[in-house]
Amino acid sequence: MQLIAFYILSTVVLLSAFLVIAARNPVHSVLWLISAFFASSGLLVLIGAEFLAMLLVVVYVGAVAVLFLFVVMMLDVDFVELKQGFLNYLPAGALIALALLAEIGVVAAATAAREASGFDPSPGADTNAEALSRVLYTDNLMLFQLAGLILLVAMMGAIVLTLRKRPGVRRQNISEQTNRRREDAVQLKDVRPGQGI
Amino acid sequence: MERMFEWGGGVWGGVGLAALQILAFMVILLVSLAFLLLFDRKVWAAVMMRKGPNVVGPFGLLQAFADFLKFVLKEIIIPAGANKTVFLLAPILSLTLAFIAWAVIPVAPGWVIADLNVGVLYLFAISSLGVYGIIMGGWASNSKYPFLGGLRSAAQMVSYEVSIGFVIITVLLLVGSMNLTDVVDAQKGGFWNWHVFLLTPSKIALFPVMLVMFVIFFVSALAETNRPPFDLPEAESELVAGYQVEYSSTPYLLFMIGEYLNIVLMCAMLTILFFGGWHPPWPAPDMEPGSIASLLGALMFAAKVIFFFFLFALVKAVVPRYRYDQLMRLGWKIFLPTSLAAVVIVSGYVVFALPRAAG
Repeated sequence: MQLIAFYILSTVVLLSAFLVIAARNPVHSVLWLISAFFASSGLLVLIGAEFLAMLLVVVYVGAVAVLFLFVVMMLDVDFVELKQGFLNYLPAGALIALALLAEIGVVAAATAAREASGFDPSPGADTNAEALSRVLYTDNLMLFQLAGLILLVAMMGAIVLTLRKRPGVRRQNISEQTNRRREDAVQLKDVRPGQGI
Repeated sequence: MERMFEWGGGVWGGVGLAALQILAFMVILLVSLAFLLLFDRKVWAAVMMRKGPNVVGPFGLLQAFADFLKFVLKEIIIPAGANKTVFLLAPILSLTLAFIAWAVIPVAPGWVIADLNVGVLYLFAISSLGVYGIIMGGWASNSKYPFLGGLRSAAQMVSYEVSIGFVIITVLLLVGSMNLTDVVDAQKGGFWNWHVFLLTPSKIALFPVMLVMFVIFFVSALAETNRPPFDLPEAESELVAGYQVEYSSTPYLLFMIGEYLNIVLMCAMLTILFFGGWHPPWPAPDMEPGSIASLLGALMFAAKVIFFFFLFALVKAVVPRYRYDQLMRLGWKIFLPTSLAAVVIVSGYVVFALPRAAG
């Protein structure tokens, strides 16, 4: 039963991963990418890492891929132009693919040597979430905080790069609006007929 | 955890039984949804001093079924420039996602299809996927209004998910488990143990925090399900009908059922996280799974869900629509900092003030 599920899910992952690069329409590529993410979270559930699987769905499928889709949909991509540079990039792409393949081979060999059947998704704890949080928040707290700090700096960099002050922009000040009283806004004038204000 | 039925007959027998359970649950959900739709329209009509649907069947009770037949029998129109596959995939996806989220909802003790250890996270993950149906529908229609609706919805749902996530974290910290059955059982023994009115002596200091968290969750649930006053993705005065403009007949019906299922799901989440699930508001003996008492528990659960659905319907009728920048401001500048502060307060309280079991 588990084996059937594994083969179905890994077929879906591989097929969608292939279609990510094969699809002509970039929006379709992102949709295939989402399918690949989803199926790999199913694989994580199969090995018992349910917390990690849910996190993959929440973070990658629920947030990151939505932003991808958001950006790709708004681009007006010329497909013919996109395909032209394909041959130029082929050697570099092939090199990266080879490197990744070699890495997967090394990992597979190492796992086979260590006997993969003895895999424990939550070492030293009851649940996967507990084991993960122990590693993140107790054992490697400093490194984890440092990673957060790096992300914070990156975010600040992005804000500094895109923030620009333009003159003549009327901004909405909510507290000013809600604190406005009748006396600030309304003025009663006694207008006499035929004279105007 | 005990289940409603024992899993018998080997692997495939278990699968068959599970399929039967799922089918029964889906049918119950759909039939109750038909009456909830009518209820929604009746509440809305009552606020406006109208009668609402009253022609089909006694008191208009069969209105939803008549609407269903009408939708199914009409012709499906696919716009010429539309991306056909994605166009049809979008409503199917949104309905499927709306249904699979219900798999982990515990209706009564033991009445749950999949009692996951990470049930809350699963719910959160699935509800964060709901946005895909809308974006895909908006994009595949190849038309301007649906596209704008899809974009609005993507930004809106991603923003409000963040505060929903933090609110869920505060509840999880109090319970100490991500299993929904545990979350419900932590609130048994009267309404003063419910997370919304937390008046237990050991946790009374958190009463104001959790009350605010409940309000934030309720408002974020409105935004997450694109309900008024946050129905900007389908604001009829600005975008005609947003991402649904090009949809007709059955695909439109699927979108609508998915949307309403998500609303009921949010009501169920409010019930489970804050209002004690199947536990009555007075101290009651423990319910045995599969007994008559657990049936009463299911009724209690349904009553609470219907109460929240009533609130959703009332909000739709009485609150005017938000402006988009105000919506973003509310999500990012008010709800996010408040819920973040609440996570810090609650976790600090749980660690330092609550007596903990050694471990």
